Amino acid sequence: MSARSTKSSVRPTSRTADHPLGQIAEPSLGPAASLEAAGPSGLGRKWAAVFLTPSAVLIGVFLIFPAAWTLYLGLTNFSLVGFAAAHTTFEGLANYRNAITDPEFGNSLLITLVYVFGSAIVGQVVLGFAMAWKWKDWRSPLRRAVEALAIIAWIVPSSVVAFLWISYLQGNIGPLVEQGTLDFILHISTNWLLQFPLLSLIIFNVWRGSAFSMMLFNGALQSVPPSYLETARISGASEFQQLRDVVLPRIKGHVLTDVLLISLWTFNDFTPYLLTAGGPNGQTETLPVFVYKVAFQQGNLGYASAISLIMLVINSVIAVVYLSLLRSRNT
Amino acid sequence: MSAPTAASPIDQRPLRGVLALFASRAGFYAFAALVAAFFALPMAWLVLAPFEAHPTFVAGLVQPTLDNFAVVFKNPDALASLRNSLVLAVGTMAVVVVCASLAAYALSRVKLPGRDITLYVLLLFSSVVTGSAAMVPIFVLVYDLHLINTLEGVILVLAGGTLPASIFILKDFMDSVPTSYEESARVFGAGPFRILKDVVAPIVRPGLVVIAVWSIVTVWGSFLTPFILLDKPSLLPASVEIYSYYDVGGSAKLPLIAAFALVYTLPVVVIYLIVQHRYGFRFFGGIKG
Repeated sequence: MSARSTKSSVRPTSRTADHPLGQIAEPSLGPAASLEAAGPSGLGRKWAAVFLTPSAVLIGVFLIFPAAWTLYLGLTNFSLVGFAAAHTTFEGLANYRNAITDPEFGNSLLITLVYVFGSAIVGQVVLGFAMAWKWKDWRSPLRRAVEALAIIAWIVPSSVVAFLWISYLQGNIGPLVEQGTLDFILHISTNWLLQFPLLSLIIFNVWRGSAFSMMLFNGALQSVPPSYLETARISGASEFQQLRDVVLPRIKGHVLTDVLLISLWTFNDFTPYLLTAGGPNGQTETLPVFVYKVAFQQGNLGYASAISLIMLVINSVIAVVYLSLLRSRNT
Repeated sequence: MSAPTAASPIDQRPLRGVLALFASRAGFYAFAALVAAFFALPMAWLVLAPFEAHPTFVAGLVQPTLDNFAVVFKNPDALASLRNSLVLAVGTMAVVVVCASLAAYALSRVKLPGRDITLYVLLLFSSVVTGSAAMVPIFVLVYDLHLINTLEGVILVLAGGTLPASIFILKDFMDSVPTSYEESARVFGAGPFRILKDVVAPIVRPGLVVIAVWSIVTVWGSFLTPFILLDKPSLLPASVEIYSYYDVGGSAKLPLIAAFALVYTLPVVVIYLIVQHRYGFRFFGGIKG
């Protein structure tokens, strides 16, 4: 007890959050080692382990294990239907060889990359940043109203959102298909999802996800001192120069974090299935839709697992590239 | 209001200054109006069609009525699906709040090697795996555990996917709680569970609200996981149920869909607005499945 009271008087009252123990284990304190084991709240490693167990089990079983299992399943001909359903055999790298030569997979990969690049890396980042930057000093209920619209677009359940966009983009081509809101406003008859499927999907996803970037950049821009911008403006810097020389260097980390998260989300987004189910003719068949079709419509779980693993690898590469950019910025 | 570009403090040439100011303000409002229209137009249908007696795909209100809602509330499948969504959302929330509290507390108070990087990697990982990359193994795993076609199976999968982000968020809250309260409680003989429940939890209540609301909203909207793990009609949540209304050939039941969509959407929007109003909270980070 005496040791503990010594320690609490040593500890700064407002300690930084991250390393509660780093500050306690002062070399000058004799019983520091035992304190470190017990922790400042008396929660020893044993209790910590007990407290961590439920989460560790759930995360291990339903998150890490499935991801690891794709590695094994991808090497088999595991199947829901047909002969292979009862007789799963180890096929080595056959699924991966198939993937390389499968034009549908190549097509799907390309579509996914275009979708991620167009809707997330360009669309959401640019629109989200434009909203945060242009409205930085706009104090008005109107701003909150427009922002609320963007945020509602972001939190409405994807099933509803998909239906909203299907009805929005309908075109009255023929007697059976009715007109949608967009055609009504523009006085044209275009069935956007049939005639411009991937473009429609990209614009949809910009609508769907820009709120996140907007909120992240709203926060980020607060870290740019207004006086710097004022100085730049008075010395005649154009808006582009202000962005390039004053703003961007300060929010680069936020930009990278934003791009990383929305790239991963968009890459794995299943909403395209709800809008177009991959059609017409596979023109919007992103990788998640492709995996779903191979697995649950064709019943080929082994091949679908191999594609899943390729997706995980691509995602990891994206994450590692961004994180190393982030790190190189810091050093 | 101050348009950000209307800066130049003292203008030497008044007329040109006024014109430039006018042009920049017009541009400013034009951009705002365009953005507002871009976000609002697709939503018009959700707001208008439920109240229209004969809804079409064009958002409009010619013959206002509330009958569509009567159709929803008389439809037993629709009601059951809303109840299933509620069970999934509340069930996942309960699992996540309990497990994340325990884990975040332990991680906040005891330094384990590689703690921060592990948490960060898990956070990124969860946004990928719960997305879609692991749908096959998750299906097979849940099948092998005999949890296919059970709400429990969906709850466990969704909890596993939302836990990393919840722990990440909650740990931040726990880190900012001074340990002196816990020390006093310990002096009086309280055990670790008791301290967490009666001392720490009340202090980090805003954090608990954040992860509770966030997991409810996430699960309420989730589609893929229940879509692949449930096919018994009586178990489908609203996210999957509504999809079955408009996939029937060319004859989508628009009055039912429109009203149902609004009933299904309104709770998350209301919860979000309340929480944002009370806690100034924005849904953040590794999040949204």
